[in-house]
Parts: sequence; structure tokens; C-alpha cells
Amino acid sequence: MDAALWAFGRGTGVVSLVALTVTVLLGILTRSGRPLPGLPRFSITLVHRNVALVACAFVVLHVVLLFFDSFAQLTVLDFVVPFFGSFLPFWQGLGTVAVDLLIAIIVTALLRNRLGLRTFRVVHWLTYALWPIALAHAIGNGTDGTSVWFLWLAGLSTLAVLAAVAWRVSARFVEFRSVRTGQLS
Amino acid sequence: MTNSPQPEPAALLHIDWTRCDGRGLCTELLPELLARDEWGYPLARTGSAAGSAAERSDIAIPPALRGAAADAVALCPRQALKLTSR
Ligand code: SF4
Repeated sequence: MDAALWAFGRGTGVVSLVALTVTVLLGILTRSGRPLPGLPRFSITLVHRNVALVACAFVVLHVVLLFFDSFAQLTVLDFVVPFFGSFLPFWQGLGTVAVDLLIAIIVTALLRNRLGLRTFRVVHWLTYALWPIALAHAIGNGTDGTSVWFLWLAGLSTLAVLAAVAWRVSARFVEFRSVRTGQLS
Repeated sequence: MTNSPQPEPAALLHIDWTRCDGRGLCTELLPELLARDEWGYPLARTGSAAGSAAERSDIAIPPALRGAAADAVALCPRQALKLTSR
């Protein structure tokens, strides 16, 4: 039973990280206002949202399964208050910080049309902190965190996110940017 | 669209130009009513190019497109859209 819990705890953690990475990439694409071939802009927004919700579901599974694991020895406090854990408290605490950020980001995103744009945007920017914190938690805390396959996954994910962020801050990021600023082509 | 007499439209889609950033979601969801101008901003297909400001900012939504308009309101990344009834 314990072995199964541990395996599911690990597996759901890895799936969460992959889903979060895809969410970040889709979120940056959403912000650019550009469609993909075969995927219009409103679909990209919706896929971004749905993959984020999938990530949340896996994070919930990840936390709840490890709550019943005798090795991780999570307490209810560890769900929300970081750095008091008994097993690798720093790395586990990063996971708790990531969960707190995730809750804030998801709640404000779901209530976006009621909260107003400014609140939504400021909180949504926290994603840029959430993603590296979650990655650090996976590497530092995870049983597979330093195994070769996981480091490959982490490395490729980091490359993808860094490339997306570099695109995000580049001058040509937003569609119609060149006509709007009066440049030719 | 034909020129046959239509009942007074029940709904208006209002575009708040101080918010709209021309991200093009509404023009995808309501291609029957909205095109994009050369800067990417939504442009009502009805009315002349030199239509009044009211025509460009308040687009009449026929009942069949009400759902698509509601989707556009919900998904507009800038919260620039509002459905009002006349
Ligand atoms: S979806 Fe909103 S921001 Fe985008 S073009 Fe339409 S009104 Fe403007």
C-alpha cells in the first residue's frame, strides 16, 4: 500500500509539472494574441484554461495521496504553511509555496470577470514565480528528481519556457505590433 | 444578411475602446458581425466605414448569435465587451 501511494504520489507530481509547463506555454501564446494553425485564438484560451485545471487536479491528487503516505508524513499544516515538513522541509516547503501560489492564481483566474483585470493580471504574473518553484520542488524533493530521465524532462521544459519568455519580451511578440507602431512589415 | 425587415434586435454588444487591445477573439467568435481593421481591432461589418461612433461601438446582435456574443464577452482578454439590451 505504501509503495503504491508513493508511486502515485511521484507520478501525479510529474504529470502536474508537465501540465503546468504546457499551461505556461499556452498562456504566453494566449497573451500574444496569435492563433495556431487549426486552433483559433479563443480555443487557445480555452485549452490554456483546461490544461491549467488538469494540472490543478493532479496537484490535488499529488498532495492528497502523499498525505496518506507514511514516509512523507504530511500534516494538514503542510498543505498551506511552508517549511514545517518533516521530510526535506525546504524542498517540501517549496511545494507548499507552489500550491499557495497555484490556489491564488486559479481562484483569481476563475473569478477574472468579477475581480477586474488589474487584480487578475497582478496575481497571474505570479505564475512566473510558481513555475520555477514547482520545478525546484520536483528536483529537490522528488525521488526521481535527480534521475537522468527526469533531469532531461526538466531541462527540456526549462528550455521551452525560457524560449517562450524570450519571445514574450521580444519586440515582435504581439500580433499587429509592427503596423501599430508604424513600422513597415 | 438580407435587407428584409427585421425585428428590433434584442441585444447590443458594446465595445469599450479604452479597454480593447484588438486581440481578435471576438472577431473569431462573431465573424458574421465583426471584421478586423488593419490594426487588428474589431470593425462592425454592418453600417458604412464612416459609420457613427455609436454604430461602431454598439453592435446589434441577432438572437441566433447571442450565444457566440456571450462567449466573446466571457473570453475577451481585456474585458472590453458588454452585452446590453435595448
Ligand atoms: S476580444 Fe476584446 S480585446 Fe479582443 S478585439 Fe475583441 S473586444 Fe478587443
